[in-house]
Amino acid sequence: MAGKAQPKLLEVRDLRTYFHTFAGTVRAVNGVSFDIAAGEVMGLVGESGGGKSVVGFSILGLIDSPGKIEGGEIRLNGEDLVKAGEARLREIRGREISMVFQDPMTSLNPLHSIGRQMDEVLRLHSDLDVKTRHAACVEMLENVGISRAEERLKAYPHQFSGGMRQRVVIAIALLARPRLIIADEPTTALDVTIQSQILKLMRRQIAKKGASMILVTHDLAVVSEMANHITVLYCGNVVERGRTRELIEAPAHPYTRGLIDSIPDLSNRHERLQQIPGTVPDIRNLPKGCNFRDRCPRAQALCGEVEPSLTAQRGSLSAACHFPLRPGKRA
Amino acid sequence: MTAFFQSEFFYNYRRSSSAMIGSALMASFALAVLVGPFLVSQNPYDIAALDLMDSYKPPFWLEGGDPRFWLGTDGQGRDVWASILYGARISLFIGLVAMVASCAIGTLLGLVAGFYGGLVDSVIMRIADIQLSFPSILIALFLMSAVGTGIDKVLIALTAVGWVVYARTVRGSTLSEIEKEYVQAARVAGLPNSKIIRKHVLPNVLTPLIVIATIQVGTFVLIEASLSFLGVGVPITQPSLGLLIKNGFDVLFSGLWWTSVFPGVAIMMLVFGINLFGDFLRDELNPRLK
Repeated sequence: MAGKAQPKLLEVRDLRTYFHTFAGTVRAVNGVSFDIAAGEVMGLVGESGGGKSVVGFSILGLIDSPGKIEGGEIRLNGEDLVKAGEARLREIRGREISMVFQDPMTSLNPLHSIGRQMDEVLRLHSDLDVKTRHAACVEMLENVGISRAEERLKAYPHQFSGGMRQRVVIAIALLARPRLIIADEPTTALDVTIQSQILKLMRRQIAKKGASMILVTHDLAVVSEMANHITVLYCGNVVERGRTRELIEAPAHPYTRGLIDSIPDLSNRHERLQQIPGTVPDIRNLPKGCNFRDRCPRAQALCGEVEPSLTAQRGSLSAACHFPLRPGKRA
Repeated sequence: MTAFFQSEFFYNYRRSSSAMIGSALMASFALAVLVGPFLVSQNPYDIAALDLMDSYKPPFWLEGGDPRFWLGTDGQGRDVWASILYGARISLFIGLVAMVASCAIGTLLGLVAGFYGGLVDSVIMRIADIQLSFPSILIALFLMSAVGTGIDKVLIALTAVGWVVYARTVRGSTLSEIEKEYVQAARVAGLPNSKIIRKHVLPNVLTPLIVIATIQVGTFVLIEASLSFLGVGVPITQPSLGLLIKNGFDVLFSGLWWTSVFPGVAIMMLVFGINLFGDFLRDELNPRLK
């Protein structure tokens, strides 16, 4: 889909977002870089506490105290959002970049009708008159597969099921035709059967609108269906990235391997499910060297001394590992 | 309207005797305050209508009672019943206006404190804490002695006393509300803070306020009565129920009990009615008790 010549829509360079708390500085995002071209879907993958959501909120400039973007650049079409003022950011939010949240049960205001909540976005970000806005809302609801849209606009969130609400949330996110959508675990709160419907819907709508997407998730199965390329985060650092196919089939980083192995495989149900031993280290004072070494089956003395940097591996992959995996070889 | 009569709220209301009694009391006071003064033969504050010969007539069932003044008269020959109707007007007016004012101010401060946090929050909430460490009657007394007496001054004092409870409640609900994803979603959509507060936070924190506001009208009526009784409340020309009690209090032990007891009973019934209904609202509007 995305060729080399595609201009970059979003470039994140060495983003560092820290939270200054009593117990110490949490380096939630510690030097993350990635690019997204127009029309591309990027998967942002990692465990809980890996800093995935913080990346999303950093892009939108919605990091609340005690958090702060300490450095780096976030360029949207060349414009650095880190340096942009609040007024400019407000124009960008909803219009250029929008977001889909995890829990459709709480991401809609229970007191306003669906129509009113949809209209709010258009009123804020367009000069359209009431009739045109209404028509746009109806069309968008139909696009996300909600029938009798005209009628449903008057309904309230509690009258919808979880899957339907997430469709509404997606409709709201797409309304102002943003160029980038940040989807923060968009299907985690949904039934598995609904999940794939919603994912297909998102992929179709994004392709139709020519938008790009950052898909934040811990679920590699979800990303592999959706993303063009994947960035794996661990403890606020990028540990591996590359094209989806290559990364899923033969990752270079043992952490990615661990994530893939922990996906249940129905065809092989007698084997005990693999897990990554241990837990994420205390992010307030990370050990010297590689952050993953205590959980890593391949760790050696060097890993305790020198922190590996992201280096090019086979094909499109790059990984931050001293002893990257070779294809076909299990960790 | 039919929707209301078929609602669960109305169903529970019909089955709750305390709610029925409370609302009946409140309704009779509302009626008495609205049309009462047109039903009595005498305006107790029109000096020309008074006759000193009628002073200290007992209620009609006692010896020497006059059927024109069924609850008796006071030292100026004023009909106690008419005085209560006029006085309840002032008491209720003060209670309601002070409630609306303190609710508005308290809600605004609570929203600001909860939404913005930080220094603003600390300042507002510490003022509230300090204020809550004094009995409210003491603060009102202090303010009244500083600004003087009069209905407007009473309103100021009551508002200054009453905003705290709203500010605290609203701040608490706001803190939990802004964690909800739809508030995050509104921020992501680029809505300015003022709009987020007005459209997404405010409507969701209002419910508990209904209960507080109801009960507070009763509290304010009582505080105002206490202030007037202590002589720093409403002026003598616009007596509230509390001032009526004070006026009769001087002669209470001379056996002329009716001049202060009947206004006292009126206050009691008013506040009792409000509290009964407020209790019902609290049970009804609190999702945790359902």
